[in-house]
Amino acid sequence: METYHLLQYYWWFLISLLGALLVFLLFVQGGQSLITTLGKSELKQKMLLNSTGRKWEFTFTTLVTFGGAFFASFPLFYSTSFGGAYWVWILILLCFVIQAVSYEYQAKKGNLLGKKTYQAFLMINGIGAPILLGTAVGTFFNGAEFLVNKEQLTDIAMPVISTWANPWHGLEAVLVVWNVCLGVALFFLARVLALLYFINNIDDEEIYTLSRKRLLPETILFLVFFLAFLLHTLLSEGFAVNPETKEVFMQPYKYFINLIEMPAVLAVLLIGVVAVLFGIGKTIYTKGWKKGIWFTGFGTVLTVLALLLCAGWNNTAYYPSVADLQSSLTIENSSSSLFTLKTMSYVSILIPFVLAYIFYAWRSLDLRKINSEEMENNEHTY
Amino acid sequence: MLETIDTSLIDWSRAQFALTAMYHWLFVPLTLGLGVVQAVMETIYYKTGDDFWKKTAQFWMKLFGINFAIGVATGLILEFEFGTNWSNYSWFVGDIFGAPLAIEGILAFFMEATFIAVMFFGWDKVSKKFHLASTWLTILGATISAYWILVANAWMQYPVGMEFNPDTVRNEMMDFFAVAFSPVAINKFFHSVLSGWVLGAIFVMGVSSWYLLKKRSTRFALASIKIGAIFGLVASLLILWTGDGSAYNVAQKQPMKLAAMEGLYEGKEGAGLSVIGMLNPSKKSYDDGKDPFIFNIQMPKLLSFLAERDLKAFVPGITDLIEGGYTAHNGEVALSAQEKIHRGQTAIKALADYKTAKKEKNEVKANQALATLNANFDYFGYGYIRDVNELVPNVALTFYSFRVMVLLGGFFILLFIIALVWERKGKFEQAKWLQYVSLWTIPLGYIAGQAGWIVAEVGRQPWAIQDILPVSASISKLETSSVQLTFFLFLALFTILLIAEIGIMLKAIRKGPEDNGQLKVES
Repeated sequence: METYHLLQYYWWFLISLLGALLVFLLFVQGGQSLITTLGKSELKQKMLLNSTGRKWEFTFTTLVTFGGAFFASFPLFYSTSFGGAYWVWILILLCFVIQAVSYEYQAKKGNLLGKKTYQAFLMINGIGAPILLGTAVGTFFNGAEFLVNKEQLTDIAMPVISTWANPWHGLEAVLVVWNVCLGVALFFLARVLALLYFINNIDDEEIYTLSRKRLLPETILFLVFFLAFLLHTLLSEGFAVNPETKEVFMQPYKYFINLIEMPAVLAVLLIGVVAVLFGIGKTIYTKGWKKGIWFTGFGTVLTVLALLLCAGWNNTAYYPSVADLQSSLTIENSSSSLFTLKTMSYVSILIPFVLAYIFYAWRSLDLRKINSEEMENNEHTY
Repeated sequence: MLETIDTSLIDWSRAQFALTAMYHWLFVPLTLGLGVVQAVMETIYYKTGDDFWKKTAQFWMKLFGINFAIGVATGLILEFEFGTNWSNYSWFVGDIFGAPLAIEGILAFFMEATFIAVMFFGWDKVSKKFHLASTWLTILGATISAYWILVANAWMQYPVGMEFNPDTVRNEMMDFFAVAFSPVAINKFFHSVLSGWVLGAIFVMGVSSWYLLKKRSTRFALASIKIGAIFGLVASLLILWTGDGSAYNVAQKQPMKLAAMEGLYEGKEGAGLSVIGMLNPSKKSYDDGKDPFIFNIQMPKLLSFLAERDLKAFVPGITDLIEGGYTAHNGEVALSAQEKIHRGQTAIKALADYKTAKKEKNEVKANQALATLNANFDYFGYGYIRDVNELVPNVALTFYSFRVMVLLGGFFILLFIIALVWERKGKFEQAKWLQYVSLWTIPLGYIAGQAGWIVAEVGRQPWAIQDILPVSASISKLETSSVQLTFFLFLALFTILLIAEIGIMLKAIRKGPEDNGQLKVES
């Protein structure tokens, strides 16, 4: 494989990894949507809020880095999707903006809107962010309506290269049931992860019992929507690219074929699914076992990674256009130049170092679990 | 039917980006400045073990946290607006512009996000040493983040290290170090970060002075004022130096911006620097024959010296830049704007011819078109300019903003010197007038920062990327009504959150450092 192609594969891997980490970190959002369900008193709600409140910045930062890395490695996606599916992305951004201030402001005096409003913001973020993000990612498999014509730049009166083919600017994605199906699956996955995280992070019997009890119904709902999306994706036509002519065409069972033709990705997917189910299953069946978040979290990262690799690798259009098939984005036609990808790859060598210090700092903070005593005595709580 | 870009779409897209950037810059400088102040205070605590310094640092950290949250929120929107509202730009220069943004995320944001959690929640959970390191790493992360986004901004003002690729129809990076360490980027970084330090110092001095006026927390207030004044004085003196570098860079790379900053229409040798002046509001165009000033007090020859390091050097005015004919830096006779527009149109047409020839597999024609494109590419962006008047930025806004920034900068230096002297002589506690001045300087610190960015961004119009791509060719094709709606949505949201932030901040200040823990910090 030539270097340029290899780097395009490598950067699609990194984007997929960032996307997978983002999905795992959506446990923060899942937790926000569960605060009133699990928190039966003000103190318990405070414990839950502080538990996710010490991690929200990781989710937020991963989203920002995901955006920046996508821009750097596949700028045509950045310009086409963000500039086209305007409303979907604006709604996602709004969901995160209201979250960014809510933890810090909700319990502070003089916050203008009152505690309940900020907690409502956290709820909106908790429900809206996973569903909207999932719906947006659903278009990677089901297509979106856009046109790309690079020669448009020579039209002085209207030089815009990427245009959206309908006036809804991304809102039409909710009309595709499979996009929404992924969004809802992501929502329940976030809640499952949150329950496992609370079990691990909070030292409180009531929250532990309630979280454990809630785990099974949330898991069932997650599995129903996720398996429906997965089966539909594997069994339907996919957006394939002819490696010789670069022409995009519809190929039956494309994503299933991708898994067969990339057995390593298939293995990652299977290990991921098993790890997800193991973490949940053992938490439900073994009383007192609190390490489920690590297994299910790790499994989530692997599963999402495999699915995103399936969308971009092996001659597949990762952002297909249903308005004009040949406008579809592939990792080849939308990537940065060889020089930029190479430069960025040198920078990416630092990623393990970044992950290492995140792990170290996370562990240092989590060695002592959140308990009611800390909530009552510590100045530095939300 | 021929499609065109609605000019109101360009205006609203610009307005939305300006709104987000201006709100963002309300919060970022305080993060940069206050972050260093609190880290210094925690370092003193680490060295002395005196709990007074721990509580002092913790109080400022509390205010830092309130400010930080909203800075993060506006920053997120800003990053994604490059895609949502400037999609053509994102493709045309994404190969260069995306890299600093990604590096910012990988190297800076995670550092900030990781260690800020330790800084706020780790007091009783990690060692003193690890906590201190986390505080410094938080501010280091914020500063590195500022570096990379300013590299990106500087590249737009002074595009270097790239080459246009007609096959991909975009500019591609050829030299990373030229982009990352361009003189404009380095200068912009220091100038912007130092302005954050100045604001941080002003904020600390102002809030502390309020305590002195209220006769509360005297020891805390005087200790904070001492650190604030030293820190502010050092930063504001350094900013003089970077400001001079900034003006020199503008003169060399963006002469139209310099001319607008000075209201200079007719260029001259030995040009004077306008200290204070009033522009003639009836002057509507560079060639309407009206006097640009109602009055103008200048320092003779100083503009020539600042711009060219030569008291006698020629500094071109707006008319010279539009009509050409003067000798430019490279020794050649400068082209007129019309000639540049013509060459830009030639470049764009050559690109179209190249694409057609490639489709027809006519290599000879393709090579001819490519040669024409390369010969005229320096003026590519001018091809989208319809009228030479578009090339003149808003002179009044640029001129007055520049003066506001510079005059306030001078005032800050004076204030820091007086504060330091009064503090040294033990007179600050009694000097009510100085306490009032310090308190009311807080809004001036913000105004100076905003004015600086107005000079930088309004002064470079109409360019998104200097000479290569104007804003009119950079945008996303959206309905104007959509952008109007999101503009007002963001305006309402940011304003509400700003009011909330100020409300929380005021309550926290009123509550005071003495309620921050068991230790009384009264004198």
